[in-house]
Amino acid sequence: MRIVVCVKHVPDVQGERAFTSDGLVDRSRGDGTLNELDENAVEAAVSLVEEHGGEVVVLTMGPADAEDAVRRGLQMGADQAVHVHDDALAGSDSMVTAEILAAAVRHIAQDGQVDLVVTGMAALDGLMSVVPTLLAAHLELPRATLAARLAVADGQVTITRELDHATEELTAPLPALVSVTDQTNQPRYPNFKAIMAARKKPVTALSLADLGVDPSRAGAAGSRTRVLAAEPRPARENRVLITDEGDAGLRLAQFLVDNRLV
Amino acid sequence: MTDTSVLVLVDHHEGTVRASANELLTAARSLGSGIGAVWLGDGAEQHLPALAAHGASVVHQVELGENGATPAAVAQALAEVCAAAGATTVLLSSTFENKEAAALLALALDAGLAVDVSGLELGEAGRVVTVQQAFTATWTVRSEVVTERAVVALKPNAVQAGPSSDAPSVAEVVTHALAGPVQERGARVVSRTPRPSSGRPDLGEARTVVVGGRGTEGDFSVVEELADALDGAVGATRVATDEGWISHDAQIGQTGVTVSPRLYVGAGVSGAVHHRGGMQSSETIVAVNSDPEAPIFEIADFGVVGDLFTVLPQAAAEIRRVRAEQG
Repeated sequence: MRIVVCVKHVPDVQGERAFTSDGLVDRSRGDGTLNELDENAVEAAVSLVEEHGGEVVVLTMGPADAEDAVRRGLQMGADQAVHVHDDALAGSDSMVTAEILAAAVRHIAQDGQVDLVVTGMAALDGLMSVVPTLLAAHLELPRATLAARLAVADGQVTITRELDHATEELTAPLPALVSVTDQTNQPRYPNFKAIMAARKKPVTALSLADLGVDPSRAGAAGSRTRVLAAEPRPARENRVLITDEGDAGLRLAQFLVDNRLV
Repeated sequence: MTDTSVLVLVDHHEGTVRASANELLTAARSLGSGIGAVWLGDGAEQHLPALAAHGASVVHQVELGENGATPAAVAQALAEVCAAAGATTVLLSSTFENKEAAALLALALDAGLAVDVSGLELGEAGRVVTVQQAFTATWTVRSEVVTERAVVALKPNAVQAGPSSDAPSVAEVVTHALAGPVQERGARVVSRTPRPSSGRPDLGEARTVVVGGRGTEGDFSVVEELADALDGAVGATRVATDEGWISHDAQIGQTGVTVSPRLYVGAGVSGAVHHRGGMQSSETIVAVNSDPEAPIFEIADFGVVGDLFTVLPQAAAEIRRVRAEQG
């Protein structure tokens, strides 16, 4: 089977993250990394191909250094990578992102049918989780999101997911799109040999022209939302820290009463 | 039929309207007059007065197909009501399933999409302006929807619900049936196992959340006691759910439930970045931890360095006493 995994390059969650004055994610700090939750997506795809045979293509969209994210995917066992990179992509909102990724998946499908598209459950910078749903809709694929477990057999993908009030089992005929949670698997840590092998794997750079997408439909020009301002949240004021001397529970209760939280 | 500019999806479950509905209606009033509530399925009648009091002049009741309220069906129902009512903005509560419906709806309407929104207002030229939190809620981002139509999913507790001062005395009811079959694209639910209710408020929309972490060492009794004294929900850290101390759906964090209650109490919670991503936008943060170096104290409005097994029961007893006095 042929699987496309969509990944995102994001600022390291342990680092100091910021926006630029234009309201874009500040990527100049050089501490970008493969979105941690996308490691679960790569792991799921690589495991499926190890089990069923086939090929994993890892796909990303973003500026030059986003290539690091697909390189990591190659180290984890993906066979080839596609990096959509175009200056006209800056400022793309989630709806434009999904449209571009869909065009890239169609482009990849020209070399052979894509049986499964796998994504992570969310990107740790925005956490909106809407791109998988939008991408499936653009590709007209059945969608099985938030998989905590996943299996492929007899041309069907089956997932189990935990929603707020219920556990659900879903099936969908292939080709399909699946998003996976961090419960799905334990991503492998590439060893030296895998890292060396990844250096020889191809990374194809694609522009909007390669995808046949009009630049007016991409980036800030094509987006339906626009960032007006981004500001660091002010630190919380009047913070109180006490050490228990036998009455901390009473003082905690008094704090809640004073703030009308009881 | 009254002209409506804003539609609000009313979440309801087994005959009970979720608290988010009145919050959404309250938020809708800041965007314009002519607010329509959308009720999927039947059973709207007894809730009409409350919906009207919060500003809904029309209640659109939509019969769904046999598959029920799947995201595709919800999106289609909202798109059809939107067209019939001439509405330009649709508000939903920002749950996982509603966000899927919101995404599909935005595609259908060619609308701008904003989810996990914590604030909402009308900007220049009548555009919808949203506020969202980013980077573990350490940044606030204001965005505008540049298209005429907007689909906005608002986080629970983002808005304080209140009745409208010029509320319509009665809401007109308009019934709809879906015009066409729902495009489900082949994904099928083969089994659904509802989880038994804990009897406590839903974690995602509770006004008070009490959370246990590693420091509980698996004993959640004092966490539950304080939660019950405050009529709150019980949550947990990843460590606690991975250890099997409490079920996975109680996990708060970037990969679990995101909460933004009025009051968050963390007991034995260290405050790792992955947990903070799910709770840092809480209005008031209280932390109890025996380790004075725990990172959660950096964001706590009220921190106690102490043993949670003595501090929590003492606080719970005092809160019960105060509440009994208040009657």
